[in-house]
Amino acid sequence: MIIKGRVIKLGDKIDTDAIIPAKHLRYTDPQYLAQHVFEPIDPEFYKKAKNAIIVAGKAFGMGSSREQAAIAIKAAGVKAIVAESFARIFYRNAINNGLPAIVCLEITKEVNDGDELAVNIETGEVIVNNAKTMKCKGISGIALEILKAGGLIEYLKKIALTRTSL
Amino acid sequence: MQTLTEKILSKAANRNVAPGDVIEVFVDIVAFHDLTGYHVIEVMDKAGKRVVHNVDNLVIAFDHLTPPPDVRSAEIQQFIRRFVKEVGVRNFHDVGYGILHQVLVEKYVLPGQVVVAADSHTTTSGALGAFAQGMGASDVAAVVMTGKTWVSVPQPFKILLKGRTRQWVTGKDVALEILKEFKADYFMGMSIEVFVEEPQFFPMDYRLTVANMGIEMNADTLMFVPDNVIADYIKSNRGLEVKLVKPDSNAKYVDEYTVELDKVDLLVAAPHSVDNVKSVRDVSNIDVDMVFIGSCTNGRLSDLEIAAKIMKGKKVKTRCIVIPASWNIFKKAMELGYIQTLVEAGCIVTYGTCGPCIGGHFGIAGPGEVVISTSNRNFVGRMGSPQAYIYLTGPSVAAATAVLGKIAEPGEVL
Repeated sequence: MIIKGRVIKLGDKIDTDAIIPAKHLRYTDPQYLAQHVFEPIDPEFYKKAKNAIIVAGKAFGMGSSREQAAIAIKAAGVKAIVAESFARIFYRNAINNGLPAIVCLEITKEVNDGDELAVNIETGEVIVNNAKTMKCKGISGIALEILKAGGLIEYLKKIALTRTSL
Repeated sequence: MQTLTEKILSKAANRNVAPGDVIEVFVDIVAFHDLTGYHVIEVMDKAGKRVVHNVDNLVIAFDHLTPPPDVRSAEIQQFIRRFVKEVGVRNFHDVGYGILHQVLVEKYVLPGQVVVAADSHTTTSGALGAFAQGMGASDVAAVVMTGKTWVSVPQPFKILLKGRTRQWVTGKDVALEILKEFKADYFMGMSIEVFVEEPQFFPMDYRLTVANMGIEMNADTLMFVPDNVIADYIKSNRGLEVKLVKPDSNAKYVDEYTVELDKVDLLVAAPHSVDNVKSVRDVSNIDVDMVFIGSCTNGRLSDLEIAAKIMKGKKVKTRCIVIPASWNIFKKAMELGYIQTLVEAGCIVTYGTCGPCIGGHFGIAGPGEVVISTSNRNFVGRMGSPQAYIYLTGPSVAAATAVLGKIAEPGEVL
């Protein structure tokens, strides 16, 4: 599966309180959450997020387990996140909500805000501005199965609850 | 030749596992609180049905929206109470019992177990030698429904705590020392196994704080290798004799690091990152508006004891909010006179709520305000206004700061 989008570049250690503050966690409605995504650092983020690919540095999504962080980013229209590393809980939340998360060690050095990316989420091949090709880490195994099902809820419905093994 | 990580996960997977393997494991305890719990139940409903794989393995405690600060929070709790009744959850702790992670270690978790909860600070249970991980609502819903989850076996890293801490230096300073040395992204994909050279000099409360902060180190989990301190803690709380699961003596670690406890200073994490660690001396004299002593990180009896010793007979110059992590702790602190001392000093005391740690309620920080907090995160906006400045520290510095109105060491007060 190849995903294309325009880059919004963020820094290292983007935490979940920056993605969606705790005061919004009493709701799970994606459209509500989308309007508040990245509120503490860029309240206008949701207006430019449609069809974007977030490129970020280390430990993206560190902090809390709030699944609304992944839901808000996806609902705002972001197609995928390519980061140098992801916090473990956020990574699972992204995949579980059908938001591709690709690990790419050198990405912030090679990519700028506004670049066009084409990301092959299985092979990990990332093409920058139709010119340069980078080899990143594709998604595989159970994470890919969940992503292909459209998220963990669909995966549970289709697979896990109808057989003995997850 | 297995590390504690490999030993626990091999048992939970029913086969020998190695770091890097992606495995399916049986989960011994699954838990959630109010703020994530309604989301867990929503996911179960969307996935088809409210099936609970094993109701005795499910623990629920209300702590984030406790007591409810608004109508929506009250509705969330009502929704979960109906679920509790419908599926017959026995291990349910309503408003007024305690913070989930404290409830788990007081009543449920045992060494060698796999624990999954819908909250990042689930690593706290690692203080008892359990493999404990926080997960999102969907992952937790899957565990509630199937009793299983998938885990990527982390790379084991050994930390040895050597010697004894100096006066007023506690588990929080040790956690901050590790963050100062390694920074917040070093331990990604690793499980930290902590060995204590002189177990009796690094008590359970200190260990709970360090394990709690394991998530701030971005470790997959942080576990203390079970010893007599852990066995005694479980015996005195629950009357249980436990079997101590230990790593093999020749087990292999990716690396190891020794913390010389007597060299650990009183530390703070300055705004806006938990690894922006400084000596208290380097930030002293900064005026402070609010002091918070509490949370799943530092709301335990020894934290209150330290605060009471420092505040005894004095008056606070800041707003001071104290929140023991559970009813049990509050009651003991009351019997020992700590609560009275703290109240007489001018602190507001309640119990069993996360309160201001997540910027929820019971003491939100305003724009431009400076907060000293014994909690676990100082991200921008964490405790309220994105224009607030949060310094994280242990109980002794927090208490001394409340008395002087500026960041201070206990020696400046006593």
